[in-house]
Amino acid sequence: MELGIRDVRKEFNQYPALHGVSLDIRPGELIALLGPSGSGKTTLLRLIAGLDFPTSGQILFGDEDASNKTVQERNVGFVFQHYALFRHMNVADNIGFGLKVRPGASRPAKAEIRRRASELLDLVQLSGLEKRYPAQLSGGQRQRVALARALAIEPKILLLDEPFGALDAQVRRELRRWLREIHDTTGHTTVFVTHDQEEALELADRVVVMSQGRIEQVGTADEVYDQPNSPFVYGFIGESSSLPVRVANGELWLADRAIGLGAQDVPDGDAILYFRPQEIELLDGCGGCIAGTVAASRRVAGSRRVELKIGGQREQVEIELPVGHPAAQQSRVAFRPRRYKVFPAKAT
Amino acid sequence: MSKGVFKKSVSPVTEPPAVRYLLIGLSILVLAVFLVLPLVTVFVQALQMGLWQALATFSDPDAISAILLTLLVAAIAVPCNLVFGIAAAWAIAKYRFPGRSFLITLIDLPFSVSPVVAGLVYILLLGPFTPVGAWFLQDFGVRIIFAVPGIVLATIFVTFPFIARELIPLMQDQGTGDEEAALSLGASGWQTFWHVTLPNVKWALLYGVLLCNARAMGEFGAVAVISGKLRGETVTMPLQIELYYQEFRALAQVSAFSLAAVLAGLALVTLVLKSWLEWRYADQLAAGNRGH
Repeated sequence: MELGIRDVRKEFNQYPALHGVSLDIRPGELIALLGPSGSGKTTLLRLIAGLDFPTSGQILFGDEDASNKTVQERNVGFVFQHYALFRHMNVADNIGFGLKVRPGASRPAKAEIRRRASELLDLVQLSGLEKRYPAQLSGGQRQRVALARALAIEPKILLLDEPFGALDAQVRRELRRWLREIHDTTGHTTVFVTHDQEEALELADRVVVMSQGRIEQVGTADEVYDQPNSPFVYGFIGESSSLPVRVANGELWLADRAIGLGAQDVPDGDAILYFRPQEIELLDGCGGCIAGTVAASRRVAGSRRVELKIGGQREQVEIELPVGHPAAQQSRVAFRPRRYKVFPAKAT
Repeated sequence: MSKGVFKKSVSPVTEPPAVRYLLIGLSILVLAVFLVLPLVTVFVQALQMGLWQALATFSDPDAISAILLTLLVAAIAVPCNLVFGIAAAWAIAKYRFPGRSFLITLIDLPFSVSPVVAGLVYILLLGPFTPVGAWFLQDFGVRIIFAVPGIVLATIFVTFPFIARELIPLMQDQGTGDEEAALSLGASGWQTFWHVTLPNVKWALLYGVLLCNARAMGEFGAVAVISGKLRGETVTMPLQIELYYQEFRALAQVSAFSLAAVLAGLALVTLVLKSWLEWRYADQLAAGNRGH
């Protein structure tokens, strides 16, 4: 099922949660809505589901305008952050609920519902737990049951709201891989919301980065990581350091020194330089470089993170060095980003 | 030293034994003096002239009609409040609307207003000489005040908060997640209510119904004002007990306590029923992580 979101705006008590968002989702795609809290990602997901309705704009299911359809008519599978399993029903009844409440003619026979429930339990690797109650399951198991329940109604699209948000790190990683497998097996168009960039980048075909009710960038993991199109995306996805600079004649200047980096598309004036701490080269001499005094150095997993004070001690940036690199012992370090991006200062 | 180590194995929130026994003893003493003793007295007084005299009370048509009337009133008032209570709790817990907190206050009104005042208000509002009362009397031939409808109304008023009060905190706590899940799976509003909302609150609901029922059968003040105390017609059990008690015959005293014993017995049955249900469905209560 193709999904179109056309200039959708949503206000809660006149307070805008989404400002005219547009997005096209291809059939069978696995899409992540990624953003900090308050970015509108969950609001967008609920609008797609029909649990809320847009103030203006359209939501298209294929060629059909679904904007005014109820959640029941849209036939979507929705997986809630806190599972929302029915606590008084056992696992099999939970999964079969969507089939049991169908109107007369389209309702499968009881035995058929039971068979479908066991089948789905096999799919989510929980065979044999039909008779358990939700309270008797672990968090990860509950989330699997919730997914099986959503799949039972053969939804046109699958929507997941922070599906792994309430689970611990180990289980999250496991379920992530498992969700990808389920998606590849069933082929549903899937949209999931997350604030965990690692989850989004690893799992999704395309990542939709959102901030303050707007879509900042849509792209594959490589695109949003390697070519962030805004200061927000640069800062939100992966590690980044920033440094205020000045652009003059397509060159970057730090105080009164050119630092040997070009900036073709940026107008003259104040700007901000963004780069990844690990994508730098160290220099011996400083004919066009960024130089700073070492303020602190920390061991982070497989590398060493060095904090540098730059330009009269006012600015601070972080760079990453291999463990045991001699530069970490020095008091002054000179470097130049291998890859970087410059945004005009006003845009931040 | 070993004594110090031993002390540490006691939970920091546990008091010394002396304090614990004092508190437990005090609770038992208060319960015995204020609850068990009067209850026993009721039964002792009822049986003071023998079981046959006590049972003779129930050959008095007044006593029979009082029992039947009480059961009738409870049978109408409790279902009414069941519906009102669920509706009010639903509205307050699941929706945000102007006047919501005012509604919460309003639901508590019957608790804060004296039942006698409630009864008087209904007389002033619906009495035969008021426009509304006269309209009912002339157009439908229905008396409200000093008749059964008035008693039912007063009982509904007095027992209104019990069910709503039990449901509101639970429904607020549970939020709307389960309902949204049911709707997204294609369930209609009614199906969601029957299969999801109601089962989620059934224990609180049962508890509310039992409390509501106990109060409906035992209500005295509001009913006393509104009933007019027509023997055999508008006298409920609590009123009949008082009427018997006001008589100066020794037998009437026995009747008063016999009837009181029935009323107390109904309350005890309610309690036992509740305990039995809790024991019977202990696993479900545990599974739901909530209960009373």
